[in-house]
Amino acid sequence: MNSKEVAYIIKRVLFAFVTIWAVITITFFVMHSVPGGPFASEKAVTPAAKAALEEKFGLDKPLFEQYLTYLGGAAHFDFGPSLKQRGREVTTIVADGMKTSAKLGVIALIIATASGVLLGALAALRRNTVADKIIMVITTAFVSMPSFIMGTLFLLLFAIELHVLPANGAAKGGLILPIVTLALYPMAYITRLTRSSMLDVLGQDYIRTAKAKGVSQRNIILKHALKNSLIPVITYLGPELAYITTGSLVVEQIFAVPGIGRAFVNSITGRDYSLIMGTTIILATLIVVMNLVSDILYRVVDPRISLD
Amino acid sequence: MALLEVKDLHTSFFTDAGEVKAVNGVNFNLDHGKVLGIVGESGSGKSVTAYSIMQILAPTGKIVSGSIKLDGQELVGAGEQVMRNVRGNKVSIIFQDPMTSLNPTLTIGHQLMEAILLHTDRTREQAEARAIEMLSLVNVNEPAKRMKQYPHEFSGGMRQRVMIAMALACEPDILIADEPTTALDVTIQAQILELMQKLQREMGMAIIMITHDLGVVAQMCDEIVVMYAGSYCERGTADEIFYNPRHEYTRGLLRSIPTLGSMGQKLHPITGTPIDLLNLPEGCPFAPRCEKAMKICIKHPAESMDINEFHKASCWLNVKDLYEKQQSASVVSAQEGGEA
Amino acid sequence: MNKNPLSMQVDMDDFLPASEEEKSYMVQMRASSTFFRDGCKRFYKNKVAFTSLVVIVLIVISAIVLPIVWPYSYDVQLGVQPGKPVDASYNNLAPMEYSRSEQQMMEDGQFVFPHIFGTDASGRDYFIRVVYGTRISLAVGFFASIIVLIVGLTMGSIAGFAGGRVDMAIMRIVDIIYSLPDMLMVILLASVMRASLGSAFEGTVFAKIGSNILSLFIIFALLYWCSMARLIRGQILSLREQEYVLAAQAAGAKAKWIITKHLIPNCISIIIISTALQIPSAIFTESFLSFLGLGVNAPMPSLGSLASDALNGISSYPSRLAIPALAISLIVLGLNLFGDGLRDAFDPKLNN
Repeated sequence: MNSKEVAYIIKRVLFAFVTIWAVITITFFVMHSVPGGPFASEKAVTPAAKAALEEKFGLDKPLFEQYLTYLGGAAHFDFGPSLKQRGREVTTIVADGMKTSAKLGVIALIIATASGVLLGALAALRRNTVADKIIMVITTAFVSMPSFIMGTLFLLLFAIELHVLPANGAAKGGLILPIVTLALYPMAYITRLTRSSMLDVLGQDYIRTAKAKGVSQRNIILKHALKNSLIPVITYLGPELAYITTGSLVVEQIFAVPGIGRAFVNSITGRDYSLIMGTTIILATLIVVMNLVSDILYRVVDPRISLD
Repeated sequence: MALLEVKDLHTSFFTDAGEVKAVNGVNFNLDHGKVLGIVGESGSGKSVTAYSIMQILAPTGKIVSGSIKLDGQELVGAGEQVMRNVRGNKVSIIFQDPMTSLNPTLTIGHQLMEAILLHTDRTREQAEARAIEMLSLVNVNEPAKRMKQYPHEFSGGMRQRVMIAMALACEPDILIADEPTTALDVTIQAQILELMQKLQREMGMAIIMITHDLGVVAQMCDEIVVMYAGSYCERGTADEIFYNPRHEYTRGLLRSIPTLGSMGQKLHPITGTPIDLLNLPEGCPFAPRCEKAMKICIKHPAESMDINEFHKASCWLNVKDLYEKQQSASVVSAQEGGEA
Repeated sequence: MNKNPLSMQVDMDDFLPASEEEKSYMVQMRASSTFFRDGCKRFYKNKVAFTSLVVIVLIVISAIVLPIVWPYSYDVQLGVQPGKPVDASYNNLAPMEYSRSEQQMMEDGQFVFPHIFGTDASGRDYFIRVVYGTRISLAVGFFASIIVLIVGLTMGSIAGFAGGRVDMAIMRIVDIIYSLPDMLMVILLASVMRASLGSAFEGTVFAKIGSNILSLFIIFALLYWCSMARLIRGQILSLREQEYVLAAQAAGAKAKWIITKHLIPNCISIIIISTALQIPSAIFTESFLSFLGLGVNAPMPSLGSLASDALNGISSYPSRLAIPALAISLIVLGLNLFGDGLRDAFDPKLNN
């Protein structure tokens, strides 16, 4: 690793910190624009939680001082107690939810990537054939269908009409439907991405060079085209991994999966502001970090990109 | 027997808008160790001719008819298996743009060794040694270190050297150079041409030099084919083409070159734009831009006519000249007969 | 003049010089067509995209016209009539079913307009609710895209033309917004604005639109302008470097001329295409927010809120979920295919 690369990585890490700081700041001030402030507005807040919050964040102090205190807490991943869930810290709630969500997301993304790359390459190599057209129509349909619709339709079909799979995510085998629902969009997206990038690569001059060297069609695809066409897929995978493992708000809601997405939605409907703030910041941090990692990895995979 | 015989080659691209007739009846022969220049402006079918020989046309392109014989073996319709053995082994090509012709995600060494491993019985170590040898042959410094680098770490001129090394690694009989210097700086251009000449002397392969630069042709070629709108205008030895051009297009090309002698004089560009290959006219494709076009040029394409042993041209003006000569000769002979 | 025996097949006239007219006759130029006309032709040829356009137009027209002519209204609970007890037989009607009093009226020979999709739990005609929801969803998608276009165009042009520090600052903001997790931010802003905007707009025209839709627009204006701004800036920067613009400058063209004659025609297709593709994504986001209960204010329906409401009765009344779900998918699919078709037809970079 040369000094240019180190400098680049340092720059990217610093930028990630700035982004996370921006998220915290935006979240804090946006939440404080709620009439009465996030911690004071609700009547249902338990006195114990309120007292704990007051002590922690000094709610009687000026706003800016509260902001600094909150920032300090956030640096230690300390976001205080939940307003609604008695005696539970925001961090614990998020960590509990993350376990389920991450498992769900990783499995879904593995399925999506494997099948997406395969279908996309197939569509590209069989361009303009019936197989290509069928793949494109189906993936376009999947990309156009919001996940809550896909989820509810699956729920309707498999759980309610056919009774083959449980509707509740906590039941045995209950994660199958949410995983499939979660996987379909990235699968369709990766298929389209792989196809278009494969077609793009196959039209490049260096493929012609390889052919002119006498390389067989099969080796052109395996050795020259596939790796290069996967570069956009990798750039997509990084952020997508971040999004998918941090919980799907909708899918977890539909299938009652006890993940972080459901916790977040519940915190919104229950106006549990400290949980909303904490979850937003933690999830955003995870996403930013994973983006950072995938960005750096991407530059390792593709030597063309100069590190500037 | 010539090393390469191209006869009446027709290549078309089948696009949504219709059939684009990129090459319409090109003929030429190439002997061992000779340098053939194919000259013409963009879109004249030079590159398509080259790609047809190697059958590396884009998916929409197809050889419609004609014959390409390499060492007596017919290549048109010969099948992938045969062509794979020809490509990179018997016939190699270097492309116009060295910046995009190398795979950006594979090392130079990998790309060099690929062809060697494919076409020879060398082991990996031997192939690597051969690749390093080729790199030093094309004057790349520190070849062993360069093997591990990626294309983006090379300059344009260096990449073209790598392309040449790659093309020559299996000692092909024919090297096709598709505008090898167009994308390079002028100083680098000269270096690359010099290198190609040197390698040609040392290795003795035949070269097909595709270019629009008549200077390059004059410097390197034994024989020249001039192409316009997919068909050939004239072909002959370099001396014949430069000093005795017999097609109006060639004359126009030669007139349009600025020379030291022509300083202070007006240049003579060929006016007008090339015709649409989608709607080829019936007559000579150059007629709309030809100052001396005749009525027959618009109706019929000119057939190839032998000017002399070393020179063929397809221009009605030659027929007219011949006809006028014959006529005046017959008048003279008639007069002589009358007097007798 | 004696015919020469050697030139049997050659007519002397053939060797006369050809006139310019004859020469030009040879060059049958293809009918010179503009970029726009070419694009339209290409678009028209693309059957999928053209069909999508027709479907979209039909949906838009019916979403506008049907609520005006339909005998039922989206917010009237048919069973609730002043001075009468609530008639619960209007609630939860299956498609094409009639309530008791309607059956009575039909027996009396009166014409009763059918409830094509039945009614919902409050006895509102479901068909018109779906149509109205489509109207809302389309309007939200359309206006959100326009807002994104305006903000993006402004910021992008400022960055592109001003250059230097201004450009730097704008692009850093873009970078930060880009790395914000958008859905989280949308939900955060929506949930807060719902609380803070609601009271502020009471009694104004905004109240009718609803604080949620307004906050949705604000969110779009705040977060989604980045890609448009980047696009515009990139176009401006690259166009500024292009030789023909240099040529125009060298020829003494004024800035205004360059902008109107070169920049805008070159940017316009890319702007239209990305705006067209922004609409389905906005509809997506709206339905998503509605599904989470952060969308349009009741009783106004949107396709997302209809689907969300239907979740409660999913096992008894599956059609109530299926219909809006189908409608969203159809609209988003149609718009996506239409946008793709536009891009294929008009993006000059793709036409080789």
